[in-house]
Amino acid sequence: MYKYAAPKNFYALAGTLVPWLAGITVVLLVTGLYLGLFVAPPDYQQGETVRIMFVHVPAAWMSMFIYVLMAGAGAMVLSWQVKLAEVLASVCAPIGASFTLLALASGSLWGKPMWGTWWAWDARLTSELILFFLYLGVMALRASIDDPRRAARACAILALVGVVNIPIIHFSVEWWNTLHQPASVSKLGKPTIHIDILIPLLVMLAAFQTFFFTVVLMRMRNDILERERETQWVSEAVKRA
Amino acid sequence: MNWAEFFAMGGYAQYVWGVYAIAAVILTFNALQPLLRRRTVLKRLRNYYKLKSKTR
Repeated sequence: MYKYAAPKNFYALAGTLVPWLAGITVVLLVTGLYLGLFVAPPDYQQGETVRIMFVHVPAAWMSMFIYVLMAGAGAMVLSWQVKLAEVLASVCAPIGASFTLLALASGSLWGKPMWGTWWAWDARLTSELILFFLYLGVMALRASIDDPRRAARACAILALVGVVNIPIIHFSVEWWNTLHQPASVSKLGKPTIHIDILIPLLVMLAAFQTFFFTVVLMRMRNDILERERETQWVSEAVKRA
Repeated sequence: MNWAEFFAMGGYAQYVWGVYAIAAVILTFNALQPLLRRRTVLKRLRNYYKLKSKTR
């Protein structure tokens, strides 16, 4: 297991995993879209707009999952200076930012017909917007420091400070009176959601998750090649590629 | 259900399809970025090794 913390072994392992993960993602995505667009019934209150949920909820989930992963990798950078954690933390930010943007945009397009407004300064929406700016902040900070090791440490600190925003996003719908509806899937006990809607939602969640793992490994491989360019194995891998 | 009805999405077509279109753009970008980047990285490293072997 520990052997895969070495960039060389990780590069090879990731290269083997990517095609499999990509294949699983395609299967999940096709299944999820079929169930979500053709099988799931329209909601009795929201009508067909309920189908926005199959994109919105997975995107919002990923926006938080990726942030926690990035902050966790940051903690490893600060405490043990794991090279691979530096790579992981640095490639997470742009992917996380794009999922946050998707969550915000899909929420906006859902808010207009259901709430009558594209945007409201409600606690859930505002804290998710702050998450987007945290990602942008990490990306800008990384771009502004030349030395990759120093950049990784600075970004790790920023990411760890910002992690306080994650429980705020999650509990915002309970702590404050929000326009945004409370959780219906992750509620303790029985989810208050119909099975024909829950299944496509879970399939799409899985699809987004495997999609993320596919692209994060691809980005990490590129990053490893650049960082380890002085090593023998990279020059050989470049020759072979 | 016919196709016209399907695409109309109960009158919410622009919102529902708008969301799926944005999702498609963002996922496609995320999938293409590392593929294109890999080509650039390989090209740059090949040049780098070439220069290095010359200066040695």
